[in-house]
Amino acid sequence: MSRQRIGAEAVAAKGWLEAHRWLILRRVTQLGILALFLLGPLAGIWIVKGNLNYSYTLDILPLTDPFVALQSVLTGHLPETLGLVGVAIVTLFYLLFGGRLYCSWVCPVNMVTDAAGWLRGRLGIKGSAHISRASRYWILGMVLVGSVLTGALLWELVNPVSMLHRGLIFGIGAAWTVVLAVFLFDLFVMSRGWCGHLCPVGAFYSLLGRWSLLRVSAPARQACNDCMDCFEVCPEPQVIRPALKGEAQGVGPVILAANCTNCGRCIDVCSKDVFAFDLRFNNPVSTVPSAAPATD
Amino acid sequence: MKASTPKSNAARRQFLFDSARMACGVGLLGLGLGLYAKQSRALPALALRPPGALAEDDFLGACIRCGLCVRDCPYDTLVLAKPEEPVATGTPYFTARQIPCEMCEDIPCIKACPTGALDHSLTDIDEAKMGIAVLIDQETCLNFLGLRCDVCYRVCPVIDKAITLVHQSNQRTGRHAMLLPTVHSEYCTGCGKCEQACVLQEAAIRVLPPALAKGEIGSHYRIGWEEQKKAGRSLIDESQMIDMPDRMPEGFKLPGHYDPASGMTEPPARSLSSGDGTSIPSLPPGLGDPP
Repeated sequence: MSRQRIGAEAVAAKGWLEAHRWLILRRVTQLGILALFLLGPLAGIWIVKGNLNYSYTLDILPLTDPFVALQSVLTGHLPETLGLVGVAIVTLFYLLFGGRLYCSWVCPVNMVTDAAGWLRGRLGIKGSAHISRASRYWILGMVLVGSVLTGALLWELVNPVSMLHRGLIFGIGAAWTVVLAVFLFDLFVMSRGWCGHLCPVGAFYSLLGRWSLLRVSAPARQACNDCMDCFEVCPEPQVIRPALKGEAQGVGPVILAANCTNCGRCIDVCSKDVFAFDLRFNNPVSTVPSAAPATD
Repeated sequence: MKASTPKSNAARRQFLFDSARMACGVGLLGLGLGLYAKQSRALPALALRPPGALAEDDFLGACIRCGLCVRDCPYDTLVLAKPEEPVATGTPYFTARQIPCEMCEDIPCIKACPTGALDHSLTDIDEAKMGIAVLIDQETCLNFLGLRCDVCYRVCPVIDKAITLVHQSNQRTGRHAMLLPTVHSEYCTGCGKCEQACVLQEAAIRVLPPALAKGEIGSHYRIGWEEQKKAGRSLIDESQMIDMPDRMPEGFKLPGHYDPASGMTEPPARSLSSGDGTSIPSLPPGLGDPP
């Protein structure tokens, strides 16, 4: 293990806090959302009722998971007004701010698979099963078709995301075994296996946020020193290359790939501050400062 | 769109192979999920859905497993199924023997439901059909043993409609009445208070899903006296009716038995006070007790 830990350069250059800024913000958000849900059952303070499938905040704000609602609609059942308003609000939010923001900032399983990914790195586990990252879209399609055929919310029968979240709030039962299975799968069987290859919830949200405004960009990509830390830390490393290395091909610095989860870890671990959150329109084909518009 | 080169042929083959691989793998997963979905439809008899719940097949499509009904139930009656329980994961149910439905007049669980899984058109809790109580074991029911328990009858929120006490003479003592709790499915909401209150170690009265609890006469059988009432007259020409002889054991004689087909046209003795027990006038001809 002669290689430096991922982000060591960034810690040296920016300090620990700055090199973990988005990670900390993300964990605070994930745990904060969970805490809001738990405040009711644990402390009797009812700010949010329900779970991630549908919640009702302060008796005024309905939020519905559009993927669950879609499965329900495909079985031939339309939600009531509040449920539909909830779908509209959530859909609009992710259309604007990036679908897989759900994965990295909300989903409780993210903490499980991130832990597995981190431990995998610390233990130096190398081997990984090979399944296409497109598998999740096939599974997504299967779930939607299957919901029509069976008349049941097919994914909800096994969904580790809702099982874990509902379990934490309403009593976990044996759901922890499913969560543990996902953890061990990511740890020993396949690197970034669940969230990055299989989960149809993430696949659904990636499609939802296909054209979202908020994006990670590499505006300072000419400063990249090829340390590869961003590729190492990224849960979806295939999304980085086109933006980071696209100067020669005339590709702008904004990461437009739908599967970028907007987690911001690349921003954290880059000692050269190459990355930043930006809008998708702020995407000039060239980011070399000296390149004047007249040169083209 | 030019004639395929060896390279594009190989690429196409690879694409087809990859697609087939994926379709087969995901298809296998889908098959497993689909069969599991079929299994999950088998709701155990003692797991009751909240008031207004759609029929199980529809319920599993409409319910989005949010637990809002559980949250707004003031009596903690409802719970969400855990993965290891034999109820579809995350769906609400209750067990009458543990905590029955208290039949809130404003039905907060239905109001909280963001989908149509709990039918929002149900506004009168007395119209609910969560199940139907069935006095399932007459051998242990205290009232059937001739005792005066009556607990299921007294706790029933629809007392004297959903459960009535039907008098019957106690053959064991010969001089007492038995008051038999009798459920009338038309009024029973399936709240489960009777089952919860049953004083036995295992309840003799239980709430079952309507599909399990109810028979169905069907269209091939019509009840004569109801058709007669509807039509205002008998549906057949009674003068053409042929009376068949009543079948009796060889050499058996029943005093007062009225059976024209056997030549016994003596009308039955209508004496309540005689007390000989040979004829019961309230019963149809031919059904008197043998002496």
